[in-house]
Amino acid sequence: MEIKKGIAVSPGISIAKSLIIDSEDYRIPRRSIKPSQRMIEVQRARNAFRAAADELTRLEADQKIEQQKIKDIFAVHLRFLRDRSLRKKITDLIHSESVTAEYAVSVTLREIASNFTRVKDAYISERAADIYDIERRLLRQLLGSKREDVEHLTEEVTIVARELSPTQTAGFNKKFVKGLATDAGGRTSHTAIVARSLGIPAVVALEDLTEIIRGGDIVIIDGNRGIVIVNPDEGTIRQYEEYSREFLEFEHRLDTIREKPAVTRDGTKITLWGNIEFPDEAEIVLQRGGEGIGLYRTEFLYLNRPSEPTEAEHYEAYAETVDVFKHRPVIIRTVDLGADKYTQSRRFAPEPNPFLGLRSIRFCLQNLMMFKTQLRAILRASVLGDIRIMFPLITNIQELMQAKMILRDVMEDLDEESINYNKDIEIGIMVETPSAALMASTLARDVNFFSIGTNDLTQYTLAVDRGNELVSTLYSSVDPAVLRLIRTVIQDAYKAQIDLSVCGEMASEPEYVMLLLGMGVRTISLAPPMIPEVKQIIRSVTMTDCNNLARKILGMNSERQIASFLRNATRKILPEAF
Amino acid sequence: MEGVVCETEVEIKNADGLHMRPAMQFVDVANQFDCDVTVSSGEINVDGKSIMQMSMLAATCGTKLKIKAEGADAQKTIDALRELVEEKMFDEPPPKQEGKKRKLKNKNAQCKT
Repeated sequence: MEIKKGIAVSPGISIAKSLIIDSEDYRIPRRSIKPSQRMIEVQRARNAFRAAADELTRLEADQKIEQQKIKDIFAVHLRFLRDRSLRKKITDLIHSESVTAEYAVSVTLREIASNFTRVKDAYISERAADIYDIERRLLRQLLGSKREDVEHLTEEVTIVARELSPTQTAGFNKKFVKGLATDAGGRTSHTAIVARSLGIPAVVALEDLTEIIRGGDIVIIDGNRGIVIVNPDEGTIRQYEEYSREFLEFEHRLDTIREKPAVTRDGTKITLWGNIEFPDEAEIVLQRGGEGIGLYRTEFLYLNRPSEPTEAEHYEAYAETVDVFKHRPVIIRTVDLGADKYTQSRRFAPEPNPFLGLRSIRFCLQNLMMFKTQLRAILRASVLGDIRIMFPLITNIQELMQAKMILRDVMEDLDEESINYNKDIEIGIMVETPSAALMASTLARDVNFFSIGTNDLTQYTLAVDRGNELVSTLYSSVDPAVLRLIRTVIQDAYKAQIDLSVCGEMASEPEYVMLLLGMGVRTISLAPPMIPEVKQIIRSVTMTDCNNLARKILGMNSERQIASFLRNATRKILPEAF
Repeated sequence: MEGVVCETEVEIKNADGLHMRPAMQFVDVANQFDCDVTVSSGEINVDGKSIMQMSMLAATCGTKLKIKAEGADAQKTIDALRELVEEKMFDEPPPKQEGKKRKLKNKNAQCKT
């Protein structure tokens, strides 16, 4: 039994077998397997060699590749893949050391590559690159087949990985994926967001979990306390089964308040919306008592597929979602690709500083065909209900003007084709950069609403990469610098009399709810599973309490002081959740 | 005719040495024959039919390799391999005459001409 402590990012308890997903982007950790598993791993390695060789044979025969040099490279790689002594070295390693096929492939080829780099002749030492290329080709096969396994699960598992990318999580089958645990990540990493939207427990920042655990080990994920237990003993399992039951009862009690309004004890109505990624989550928002969609992320349409989505595919996804909500608001955020999420055409050309690079609205403004396809689909779907458009990552007024101009172009096209759409569709922006927050009073004149994206706003204000566990402790949405920007945005929205909501992860944190209300927020959009809990908090407080709390906090200068003050204040109101 | 053993010594004569493509040509030729092929460079002995092992010899221009073939067609194998290494030079050019050529940083790799 081994107990690891990480950061709890999605509540709940799960007890299930582990399924480990490695990534070719990271060093493959050494991980031992049960002796009975060895033949399976050997077979996996053989299959990977065969599939990689087939792939190369196809490439070599490709008529389009004319350069002899490139053909030669493929031919050489093919010889390596057919080299019996190389294969034997790898299968011997699996047998003698009881390790995974991925590790055996990686370690063997890296050893060969390091032999080359030691040769003094530059012409030969550069050949190490060929070996790394062969390594990646094999790993892609091994990991790719694993990914397919994840999509075709037949038993309940807990997914363990160094880090999960949107492409990986897009294939998760909710029926069988019971929990997530990753070595890297923070509260707002992709893993956390996915876990919360699926409503499964998750713990991140576990550092070396993927090296400790073996595939198939029983693992307990405690998403309330941030604990992961590998190979728990009988007593621990029983204890956690009991704990899990209690937690479900607590959740169930929260469910009973679903039909009750989100009103403070002194009568202030708060609107609760859900953040979703996939159309089928709309139903979950409704079940949990959400009154609309405050953030519909549309990247899923682009990920995990060979080509860009068509207008019809966009339209279907939006129509399906809006159908669930009829005439309640559905805010569609235009595509937010770039940084950690890439499109088909760009994922092989990473930028040196992606979070400050060509992402989100910037990417759309440079890829007008793609952008217009999405806008056309949103406009066409707008006659079906209360659809609103939101542009992400706006940093200045020109970008907003440009985006609105393109939207008008698309409207004119639709007019010419006599296609119906809502001519008064509401347009808003995500306020998620410090520049947008500082310019909020100007931007407010040209939009119908603001939605504060606290994740990116925090990361850009504090210059902290939220996914980097080395600095993730510096990341806090209640840092006084972030709070001051948020206050500015709220005040400017009030002055301009436009709608305002908060849709970042901050809104899903029970301990931040009172503060947001006290700062003037009346609409919160959050992860669907958190809606009942946040509603419970709203129904337990008075606006007078919230205002006092916010006033005190806005006078504080240190993040630590603010965080502990908030924790204490919330614990008094809702002890079960903490 | 089992048990025939033939040996020879060859010298790498093409400028770029036994890099990946020549190594591929070598194992392709070796694999056309049934006999076992062992190639030695100094203390290292490798299987002449394995590209992984052959490329690890990292034989630069001027390196001498011992080739040993064991099996019925040993002599034919040796002849074919010698032709590839010394006469065809893997279809590659020899080093240029003038002193400063290419990026040869290794003095040991200087070719005798």
